[in-house]
Amino acid sequence: MKSVYSWMDERLDITPLWRDIADHEVPEHVNPAHHFSAFVYCFGGLTFFVTVIQILSGMFLTMYYVPDIINAHSSVDYLQNKVAFGDIVRGMHHWGASLVIVMMFLHTLRVFFTGSYKAPREMNWVIGMLIFMVMLGLGFTGYLLPWDNKAYFATKVGIQIAETAPVIGAYIKEFLQGGPVVGAQTLTRFFAIHVFFLPAVMLALLGGHFFMIRKQGISGPL
Amino acid sequence: MSDGIAKGHDQHTEQSNHKKEMSRRQFLTYTLGATGGFLAAGITIPMIRFAVDPLLEKGEATDFVKVTEVSKLTTTPIEIRFQVNQVDGWVESNPELIAWLRKDEAGNVTALSPVCKHLGCTVNFVSTDNKYECPCHGAQYTNEGKNLKVAPLPLDEYSVKVDNGSVYLGQIIPNHLTSK
Repeated sequence: MKSVYSWMDERLDITPLWRDIADHEVPEHVNPAHHFSAFVYCFGGLTFFVTVIQILSGMFLTMYYVPDIINAHSSVDYLQNKVAFGDIVRGMHHWGASLVIVMMFLHTLRVFFTGSYKAPREMNWVIGMLIFMVMLGLGFTGYLLPWDNKAYFATKVGIQIAETAPVIGAYIKEFLQGGPVVGAQTLTRFFAIHVFFLPAVMLALLGGHFFMIRKQGISGPL
Repeated sequence: MSDGIAKGHDQHTEQSNHKKEMSRRQFLTYTLGATGGFLAAGITIPMIRFAVDPLLEKGEATDFVKVTEVSKLTTTPIEIRFQVNQVDGWVESNPELIAWLRKDEAGNVTALSPVCKHLGCTVNFVSTDNKYECPCHGAQYTNEGKNLKVAPLPLDEYSVKVDNGSVYLGQIIPNHLTSK
């Protein structure tokens, strides 16, 4: 292990790279070992942790899932009930989806009540809000994919709500639905948005979020 | 003997001295590494088991399917098409298979798969030549499936069961007729 690492390090000089990422001081006021109440500073990291689980479990679920109205439900039924650990992997994605929203909300509350959104960190608050919206979008599009009754009607209602937006409502509905009804074209569309577009946007935003927090540091003690 | 004990004692103290040499930092690194590894394993092991499930699934034995009556067979192979039940994940279908059936001189029923062992085209029995011939690259086989030209191996056969005058076909197996 060590010799493989030093062999690589001699040639690529990787130590400064990961030192830059991993080695940094945690201020006393955010360390729960010093003040237990500082656990509120963990919510952002926990949100990221659950996000990583979502990405991993989602990748594995697509090994069995088919985004097609004939096969979607039976493929989910198959992976949940016939494949070993299927209920666990799908369970991680299902419960993680709710947990990530909860953690993100708690993280937002912490940032709000510690006033961490104030200058010079306003831009990071805005990025955080964008991540919040992308997460809600991921939740909304993912909800349709099992293609059961709950999924179908939740999406129908969701699209109807979007339709009530002034001026652009009808266009949003058309864009989300993809066709005359919530059906074949909606499902493939939601799948593409759920696994390609929104995760890509989310990763870019997370990159910005982390870059800024490292650059500006955690906001000082109250 | 007392030497040995003393030696053992020395080793013991040496070891405990050595243990004390582990720095706080090193201990924390190991502990963190172990905890992190445990968490990562808890997350990834179910997922990996989930992904490799097809490898570990036991293949179900193929059911024998009734295809024809023994009385309808002669020493000249005839083509029989029959359907088998196939379960592929969440898709169940009844694909059609082809077998060429004949009765040899002793009355044993044999069934050959017409998939050419050269490159997988479908061979036909040409009764004027008394041979199986492949339309693609001219591979030829005897009526027992023995490879004469082009193909490297004899035609595969179906496992055959005869019960009460009916012929049942099962799994495809390597040809054993021609090795005799």
